[in-house]
Amino acid sequence: MISQLTRIERQRAILISLAVAVCGFLMAIAGHDDPIGIQGVLISLAGVLMIFRIGKDYYAPEPSDERFSRYYDDPAKVGIVLAMVWVVFGLAIGDWVAWQLVQPDLTFGAWSSFGRIRPVHTTSVIFGFGGNALIATSFYVMQRTSRARIPDQVAPWFVVFAYNLFCLLAVTGYMMGITQSKEYAEPEWYADILLVVAWVTYFVVYLRTLARRKEPHIYVSNWYYMAFILVVAMLHIVNNLAVPVSLGHAKSYSLFSGVQDAMTQWWYGHNAVAFFLTSGFLGMMYYFLPMRAGRPIYSYRLSIISFWGITFLYMWAGSHHLHYTALPQWVQTLGMTFSLMLLIPSWASAGNALLTLNGAWDKVRDDATLRFMMVAAVFYGLTTFEGSFMAIRTVNSLSHYTDWTIAHVHAGALGWVAMITFGSIYACVPWLWKHKSMYSARLVEVHFWLALSGTVVYVFAMWNSGLIQGLMWRTYTESGTLAYSFLDSLVAMQPYYVARAIGGLLFLIGGCVGAYNVWKTITMESAGADQVADLPQAAPAGAAVLQPAE
Amino acid sequence: MSLFSFQYRLERKSIGLALAIIGVASIGGLVEIAPLFTIHQTVESDPDMRLYTPLELAGRNIYIREGCYACHSQMIRTLRDEVDRYGPYSLAVESKYDHPMLWGSKRTGPDLARIGEKYSDQWQVMHLNNPRDVVPVSVMPAYSWLITTELRIDDLPLHLKAQRVVGVPYTDDMIANATLDAYGQANPDSPQADGVTKRYGKATTVRAFDGRPDVLTEMDALVAYLQILGRLTDTAHKSVASAGADQ
Repeated sequence: MISQLTRIERQRAILISLAVAVCGFLMAIAGHDDPIGIQGVLISLAGVLMIFRIGKDYYAPEPSDERFSRYYDDPAKVGIVLAMVWVVFGLAIGDWVAWQLVQPDLTFGAWSSFGRIRPVHTTSVIFGFGGNALIATSFYVMQRTSRARIPDQVAPWFVVFAYNLFCLLAVTGYMMGITQSKEYAEPEWYADILLVVAWVTYFVVYLRTLARRKEPHIYVSNWYYMAFILVVAMLHIVNNLAVPVSLGHAKSYSLFSGVQDAMTQWWYGHNAVAFFLTSGFLGMMYYFLPMRAGRPIYSYRLSIISFWGITFLYMWAGSHHLHYTALPQWVQTLGMTFSLMLLIPSWASAGNALLTLNGAWDKVRDDATLRFMMVAAVFYGLTTFEGSFMAIRTVNSLSHYTDWTIAHVHAGALGWVAMITFGSIYACVPWLWKHKSMYSARLVEVHFWLALSGTVVYVFAMWNSGLIQGLMWRTYTESGTLAYSFLDSLVAMQPYYVARAIGGLLFLIGGCVGAYNVWKTITMESAGADQVADLPQAAPAGAAVLQPAE
Repeated sequence: MSLFSFQYRLERKSIGLALAIIGVASIGGLVEIAPLFTIHQTVESDPDMRLYTPLELAGRNIYIREGCYACHSQMIRTLRDEVDRYGPYSLAVESKYDHPMLWGSKRTGPDLARIGEKYSDQWQVMHLNNPRDVVPVSVMPAYSWLITTELRIDDLPLHLKAQRVVGVPYTDDMIANATLDAYGQANPDSPQADGVTKRYGKATTVRAFDGRPDVLTEMDALVAYLQILGRLTDTAHKSVASAGADQ
């Protein structure tokens, strides 16, 4: 991989790594009596390791200009591998957390208590798995749909490594007790700054690649990837505005307080769902589903309606997380109204995906990879319906604060996000590593059924417990007193907490099977699959017959 | 149709598309969030509301550090069963000084908005040390390290200073004495104890929260915080009519 960089690019990469190492070193000194010091040591180590890695191959021969006739896929490949590592780790922690609610003493000291490792789970699966999959597939898709190579070989590497350093700082930080307590925005100020730098670089890479495109039109996947990058940047910067205690402290205090903070947080939180977990993955779906099915997208107009609908309407919906709270009623009502309207663009997307499969349903039956994507589209439709339903104020009075929310989130995260990602990864791993197919189609099939059954068990368990909780909390006796104590409802949850942990375990085993299959495919001897069609358009006439370098 | 032909032209220009996305996505937040800072009825007024003492603030930071907010809300909704179970519904003013707010989103355990002084210090200490000692069916983790870990107080002036930057009206006197006040609040017989009530009001709880006045532990801080929850202001307990009359 280093040998693909030119001498100047190697020097630049060393300089950047050196800057990272120095920043980490300064943090370690300033925060020697605070957990931020340990984080500084981690950052420093990451920089030093990178310098050694580049230094090892520093004198390797420079790549030939022939590389310009191919796409630059090394960062995407590493991103896919990292996504699979994060998903196994994140699902394992998630299942451990689930078992802790069955057996609360299943811990090994402070670092592993429920409150600290729950965010380790959410960050690992959302940002570690989801984020890496989005970055990797977006690098893949933007080059193909633009028929142009990424213009720079250092920037995409910086995006991947800086982003993963952010995830690593976040996850290790929680275990040490470093958190802002804002859900899905827990990392502290220094990690937030790192993410902003990585994200701006990401957007510049995207724009520069688009600027070199040979196609006059920007394909719909790229609209979604761009909305994902831009709006996540906006949300991240605003919601994380904070004043650190000092440069030697990890702790910071949010600029906002009380009701304004609550609204800002859920404006962020709900749109992290919208633009991270929806827009980005819709971008993935709009490329890999039609490619795998061998059918064009059903309707260009539906894509336009759903894209602008999602981009406009979602931003209003956050306040449905705050029904009946101290948030002014007019904001709650706006949030509920827009949440209901959101069903239109959401179902337009799901319908567009499913109608694209018309004429390819035999492939859905035979090909587990395409079936992953089909089931993802179905779950996307179901979950967005449920979301709009739960945003209705009176429904929310029952569902809020209960496990119903957990059921809803996991129907979306397991059924939609993870399924579309696994489908896309199974589609693009053979394309990236120039193989005819995955190592084992049978294992993809096994993974599919483990993932589907795990999701269904999980979601039904949490639907049940959520409804029971909500109903028990509001049940009155004939004499007008509350019928159940809080503890009564807690005891009633026990069987569902066991079922949930088993559902999660099935999903985790599926993830492990997937990681194994991806690894075996990567390390398989290259079959030299034909790649004539998979080249940038500016390629010289003779390039099509060149064999892949791997 | 015009939307479709507009998009057909727009999708040929990457910068134009990016600007359109930013513009369209900004509207919702601007309309819903910006007015919350300017419409004065959004937060009820209570000039007598007191601030967190340095010890309570340190306890709040431990509450955040341990992720208590993942299972406990601090927001009683305007629903009959919640008011019957937890007390008067929460008002915006009650979290006015909460940077960030800890309203929560999930009740694996009960709401804590009005937990202050509902249980004794001793019960809280035993419960945090191992919840199953007092509530056999509890699934809450044991926080046994709190009672043995000494609380860091030397940097509390910096914490109060940062709080003042984001808008909490701590005075110079409070900032300068933050470390002493934290010590004094958990050590009622010490000479530092008087300063706490002088600066934060007579009603401030000054007790050896963890039962050991000789050492200041993280348990002291967390229990001090739990015991003040819902008690920084009594606005929520006044009737709706009288609360309105104050304004």
